[in-house]
Amino acid sequence: MSAVIAEHDDHHDDHDHGPAKGLLRWIITTNHKDIGTLYLLFALAMFFVGGAMAMVIRAELFEPGLQFVDPQFFNSMTTMHALVMVFGAVMPAFVGLANWMIPMMIGAPDMALPRMNNMSFWLLVAGVLLLASTLFMEGGAPAGGWTLYPPLVLQTGKAFPFAVFSVHLLGISSIMGAINIIATIFNMRAPAMTLMKMPLFVWTWLITAFLLIAIMPVFAGAVTMLLTDKFFHTSFFDAAGGGDPVLYQHIFWFFGHPEVYVMILPTFGVASTIIPVFARKPLFGYASMVYATASIAFLSFIVWAHHMFTVGMPIAGELYFMYATMLIAIPTGVKVFNWTATMWKGSMTFETPMLFSIAFVVLFTMGGFTGLMMSVAPVDFQYHDTYFIVAHFHYTLVPASVFILMAAGYFWLPKWTGHMYNEKIGQLHFWLSAISVNILFFPQHFLGLAGMPRRIPDYAVQFADWNMISSIGGFIFGVSQLLFLWIVIDTIKGGTGEKVSDEVWEDAKKHGLEWTLPSPPPYHTFTTPPTEIPTEHF
Amino acid sequence: MKKAKQLFASMIFMTLGLGSAHADYTLNLMEGKTKLSHDIYDLHMLILWICVFIGIGVFGTMFYSIYHHRKSKGHKAEQFHENTTVEIIWTIIPTIILVAMAIPATKAMLEINDVKEAEMTIKVTGKQWYWDYEYTDSGVHFESHLDEGSERAHRVSNIDPKTVPHYLLNVDKPLVVPIKKKIRFVFTAADVIHSWWVPDLGWKKDANPGFINEAWTSVDEPGIYRGQCTELCGRDHGFMPIVVIAMDQASYDAWTKDTLAKQNAKPDLADQTREQLMAKGESVYLRNCVACHQIDGTGISGHFPALRGSAKVTGPIDPLIGFLQAGTSRMPAFSKLKDDELAQLITYIRNAPALGNKVGDEIQPNKITPVYDDEE
Repeated sequence: MSAVIAEHDDHHDDHDHGPAKGLLRWIITTNHKDIGTLYLLFALAMFFVGGAMAMVIRAELFEPGLQFVDPQFFNSMTTMHALVMVFGAVMPAFVGLANWMIPMMIGAPDMALPRMNNMSFWLLVAGVLLLASTLFMEGGAPAGGWTLYPPLVLQTGKAFPFAVFSVHLLGISSIMGAINIIATIFNMRAPAMTLMKMPLFVWTWLITAFLLIAIMPVFAGAVTMLLTDKFFHTSFFDAAGGGDPVLYQHIFWFFGHPEVYVMILPTFGVASTIIPVFARKPLFGYASMVYATASIAFLSFIVWAHHMFTVGMPIAGELYFMYATMLIAIPTGVKVFNWTATMWKGSMTFETPMLFSIAFVVLFTMGGFTGLMMSVAPVDFQYHDTYFIVAHFHYTLVPASVFILMAAGYFWLPKWTGHMYNEKIGQLHFWLSAISVNILFFPQHFLGLAGMPRRIPDYAVQFADWNMISSIGGFIFGVSQLLFLWIVIDTIKGGTGEKVSDEVWEDAKKHGLEWTLPSPPPYHTFTTPPTEIPTEHF
Repeated sequence: MKKAKQLFASMIFMTLGLGSAHADYTLNLMEGKTKLSHDIYDLHMLILWICVFIGIGVFGTMFYSIYHHRKSKGHKAEQFHENTTVEIIWTIIPTIILVAMAIPATKAMLEINDVKEAEMTIKVTGKQWYWDYEYTDSGVHFESHLDEGSERAHRVSNIDPKTVPHYLLNVDKPLVVPIKKKIRFVFTAADVIHSWWVPDLGWKKDANPGFINEAWTSVDEPGIYRGQCTELCGRDHGFMPIVVIAMDQASYDAWTKDTLAKQNAKPDLADQTREQLMAKGESVYLRNCVACHQIDGTGISGHFPALRGSAKVTGPIDPLIGFLQAGTSRMPAFSKLKDDELAQLITYIRNAPALGNKVGDEIQPNKITPVYDDEE
C-alpha cells in the first residue's frame, strides 16, 4: 500500500488534480461540482420530458370529447408525468444543488463519499431510463397513477416489473445520495461551522436526507410486495387471499407524505438563502426556522392517512389524522411569517431570483391554505380526488419547488459559470411563468369544487370553459420554460459578457461562504478549511 | 355575491377573448341537497374565510413591505433578526384558530359516521366500468352503465359532446331513492378500487374489493343528482357516472313494484327478425362489451383481444355460447345475460359491419342452451 502511495506522490506532488479530458470526465467524475452539474442538467432535461407529458394531458383536456389520445394512454401520461417530475426532475435537481452548494457552504473540499456520489447519479439515470422504456412496452406504461395502487396497478401489462425495478434503482440512488449528504454535513464542516451556524439550505437538506433514508426502503418494500403478489402468488393486497388493498395505501403514504416534504424542505432552505441577500438583512428567526423544519419533518411521519380520508377508516383514526394534519399549519405558518419578517424593513431589490422567491412565498402559501382546507376531514369528503387537490399539490410543487429551483438557477448560475445571465430575459421568464402558472392552476380549484374528478381524460360539458382556460395557461407556461433553457445555455456560453465579482450579489459575502470563492470556483475548493465564516444571525 | 363572482369570471373570460354559448363558470362548492352536505358547505365556507382573512394579513404585510422597503426608494435595511415575543404570538394565534376549526369539524365527522337507525340499505358494487346496485330490503338489483348517447359520443370522434344531453353524466338505469328517509349505503367492489361520489349528497366513499364501507344520506327534495367515480379504476374510469333520482315515497314504491316485475319477468323466447336481433344486440354490446373490445371490435393491444375477424367469434356458434356464459380468467362470465339478450349479442358480434364481421347467420333466443343453470 505504501508503495502505491509513494508512486502516486512521485507523479502528482507538484500540481493539482484537474478533470479528466473529454466525455470521460463526466462519466468517471467524483468531483462534487461536476456531479452537481450532471444532476442539474439531467433534472432540467427530465423537466422538459415531464412537461411534454403535461402538455399532452392539457391538450386532451382542452375540450370535452376525446381528441388526441386513448384513455389508457392518457392514464399512462398522468402516471408517468408524476413519476418523471418527482423522481426525475424535482428530487434530482435538489440533489444537484446539494452537491454543488453544501461543500461550498460548509467549507468542505468535496462530498464525503465521492465515488458513491458518482454511482448514485448513474443509478438515477438507469432508473429513469428503465422507467421511460416502459412507454414502448406491450400494454403501455403504468397507468394506475403514480401511487401505484393495487389491484389496479396489477393490471399493468409487460411494463409492470420494469416499473418496480426502476423504483428500486431510484430508491437506491436516493438513499446513497442521502447517506452522502449526512456524512458530508456531519464530518466535513469547517471547524468554525457549528451546527447552529449552518446555512438554512444545509439544515433543510440534512433533515431531508434523514427523511429519505427512512422512507425509500418503505416504498421499495411496498412495490416488492406488489411484485410478489403479481408473480409469486402472495396476497398482501388481495382480499381473496386474506390481504387488504388498503394496506398498500397505508404503506405507500407512510412513504408518500414524507416524500412530498422531501421536495419542499430544500425549497424552504433555498428561499431562506435567497430572500435575506436581496432584502439585505439577516434571515429572521434562524433558530425557529431550524426547529420548524424539524417539526414539519417529524409531523410528516404521523399524518399519512389524510390522503385516505374516504378509504373507510374507523372514526378515531379519521379524527386523529385530521388533528395531526392541522398541526402542520403551525410550523409552516412560522416559516411564512419569518420570510415576511425578513423582508420587513429591508432594502429590497428585485432581481430574477428574488422575484421567483417572493412568488414562491405567496403561491406556496396559497397551496398551504388549500392544504389546511383539505385537512378538515368532513370537507375533504367533497374535495378528495377532484381537481381541487390537483390544484393544491401543483401550487405546492410548481410555483413552489419548481419556482425555487428556477430562483436557485438564477441565483447561483453566475457563481457556477462566472458569467452573468441576461436579466431582461430572466424577468420576462419570471412574469410569463408567474402569470401563466396561475391561469393554469387557479381555475382547477373551481373545477374541483364544481365536481370534476381528477385523472379523467374527458369530462362533462359544464367543465369545458375552465378547462380550456387552464389548458391555455398550461401552454403558455410550457413555452415560457424554453426561455429558461435559453438562459442556461446562454449563461454557460458567456451570458452578458459582464465580469461577475466573487460575491456576485451586493454584500452576499455576509450571507454565505460560497460567495468568498472566485466565480467560477476552481475545480477544487476549500482544500484547507476557511477560518472565518459569515455569522449573519448572531 | 353570486352575481359579483359571475361578473368577475366573465371579465376574465372576455379579456382572454373567448366566447362560448356554454359559459358555466361555477366557482364555489355546491351546497347540495342533504343536511350533511349543508354542514359540510358551511364548514368549507368557514375555513375559506379564515384563509382569506389570514391571506389578506400576510400578503398585505408583504406587499406593503415590497412597496415601501425597497432600495430604489432609498430604504436602509435594519438588521434585526429575531423577536421572541412576536414569534410566540404567531405560534399561539394559529393554534387557537385551529382548535376553533377542529370543534365543528369533529361534530360534522361524528354525524357523517353515524349510520345507525337507517331505514333502508342499498349495496353498491363498483365494477370496471359501471355500478351495480342492490336494494337489500326489496331485492331490486340492477346495473347502471353510461348511457348510449355518451357511450357513442366519446367513442366516435365526429359526435360533438355538446349535443349530447348530460354528456358523461347520464346512465341507462339510475339509482332511485325515496326522499326524507335515512338510507344506508354499503360499498364494495368486484375488481379494483372505485369511489362513489355524488356532490349533492356531500361525500364520497371508496368501494374496496373484498371489504365493506358504509355511509348514509337523507335527501331533502326530489330531483336528479349526478356524480362520477372518483378513484382511478383503469381505462374507462372517466366513463362510469352515477345518477340518483330522489322521489317521494309513493312514486318510489311504484317504481320498486314496476322494477321488480320487470326483473322477475322470464326472457322473451319468441323468434325475432334479424333486424331486431341486430339492433338490440348493439345495445347489449354497448352496455357490456364495448369498454374492452371497443366500438370497432379491435380491442386494445396487450390488454383485450380483438373481436374483428376473431376465430372464436366467427367460428362454430355453440362453443361461443358456452364461452360467453362461462367466461375466462381474464373475461367475466356473462351468465347474467338472459337468453334473448345473448341471442341478440351473438347475432350482432358475428354480423355487425361496425365490427367488420359477416358470418351471415343468426341465432334465436330459444336456441340458447345454458352451460350453467343460473336459476336458484
